[in-house]
Amino acid sequence: MNLFDILGPIMVGPSSSHTAGAVRIGNVGMKLLGDVPKKASIYLHGSFADTGKGHGTDLAIIAGLLGMEPDDMRIPHSMEIAKEKGLEFSFFEKQIREAHPNTAYLQLEHANGKRLDLQACSLGGGRILINEIDGLRANFHGDKPTLIVRNEDKPGHVAFVTTTLANAGINVATLVLNRSKRGADAVIVIETDMDIPTDVINRMEKGSGIHKVTYLNLQK
Amino acid sequence: MSFYSIEEILQECKKRDLTFAQVVIESDMQEREVSMEDSLKKMKQMWEAMVSASNSYEKALRSNSGLVGGDGGKMEEYLQSQKTICGTFVSKVIAQALQMGESNACMKRIVAAPTAGACGVLPAVLIPYAKEYQVSEEEVLHALFVAAGIGQVIASRAFIAGAAGGCQAEVGSASAMAAGALVSLKGGDATQIAHACAMALKAVLGLVCDPVAGLVEVPCVKRNVMGAVNALSVADMVLAGIKSKIPADEVIDAMREVGEKMDVSLRETAKGGLATTPSALQFTDQIHNSIK
Repeated sequence: MNLFDILGPIMVGPSSSHTAGAVRIGNVGMKLLGDVPKKASIYLHGSFADTGKGHGTDLAIIAGLLGMEPDDMRIPHSMEIAKEKGLEFSFFEKQIREAHPNTAYLQLEHANGKRLDLQACSLGGGRILINEIDGLRANFHGDKPTLIVRNEDKPGHVAFVTTTLANAGINVATLVLNRSKRGADAVIVIETDMDIPTDVINRMEKGSGIHKVTYLNLQK
Repeated sequence: MSFYSIEEILQECKKRDLTFAQVVIESDMQEREVSMEDSLKKMKQMWEAMVSASNSYEKALRSNSGLVGGDGGKMEEYLQSQKTICGTFVSKVIAQALQMGESNACMKRIVAAPTAGACGVLPAVLIPYAKEYQVSEEEVLHALFVAAGIGQVIASRAFIAGAAGGCQAEVGSASAMAAGALVSLKGGDATQIAHACAMALKAVLGLVCDPVAGLVEVPCVKRNVMGAVNALSVADMVLAGIKSKIPADEVIDAMREVGEKMDVSLRETAKGGLATTPSALQFTDQIHNSIK
């Protein structure tokens, strides 16, 4: 465990799980979408729904969607800033089956029409876990460079993706594969030890049967 | 690499003739693959953020719920206008703990140590101490590394979140960290730091997490005061040569056991303890009606 996860992070209060973690969830949503969304429907579950308002969870998620980090002093004013930046948002309460008590479900829409659905939870101390992307199980923390590939569920795609990384000299830290059902869309989530250059991602996007490649590096 | 026991840190100190802080700094350098300069620089950022959080306290501010705010200002005025029961230094520690806890509840920027809910404890003892006595920045940073090292062992052996182990895990850990930091500042050795960790945590074993309306406000802000004052008395006892009969790692294990046995209603769910008193339920209703 990182020493500065214990003494730190520097953050806007009042709660590392309900505020700092919520900012990170919004931030991951924004980065995965590629830009500040035009529209966001945010569903809060469990303790996020029960005590979120008092902890500023709503302000925090909006702040994250606007690209703010957990230590940004503008977090308490994120809703006004969202209005200035043309981010339309609405909040709902939702019971999500078997979800962690601090869970949010985000439906995001880019100005260009691109959409992204994200389910994530806040684990405490500001750490988060992305549970699902576009309805498929993902399970990653976002603390390492992470590649999310959506592809046809056919032989050879995993090999293609990992070979592309290997050829670029990038070491895979963890790899998770998932699909909703046989032959449907599958998702590959890969965490790496180092940053993945844009040209490697571009090469991957051109592969046959690869529908969507999303790259997340929160350290950058 | 990070440490799983205080004993491992003590062994390392003894074997290589290093201080507690030096051993923790080295482990950070290895873990994050950074130079000593970078490691110290990062801790300096944390210290500066604590000091700047302390300077930005506003006594007129109230939390969204309206439950907390202003008490740090009251304490400050009181200690400046008359002789306090605790004496000036301890009263300053009390004021600082209240102020930091209130700033956190009012969505100001703080440093989680180890959590946001317990963010007042460590700065409450370190900031007044650094002002009162002539200590170098290096000594303060080393004390912070001692605190972080203690927190890391508690987090890996037990827990540091109220939802996991009650307030003993949160303010208790912060208090153990602060006690160790104070002993380090006063020139105590690694063994004394370990005794401080053990004694501070022992004093708060069993403390539940029962926040009114589930918010990090009541009783959290004032429990930060308790954590800070506990750290002061423990540090003085240790420096007087008093020892803990139970070693630090065993105390941490006991904290874990107590936390695991603690009913879920007493672990941040606001379903027991202070949170379900008639007054708390009334506040909860008012808060839900006004801000939900």
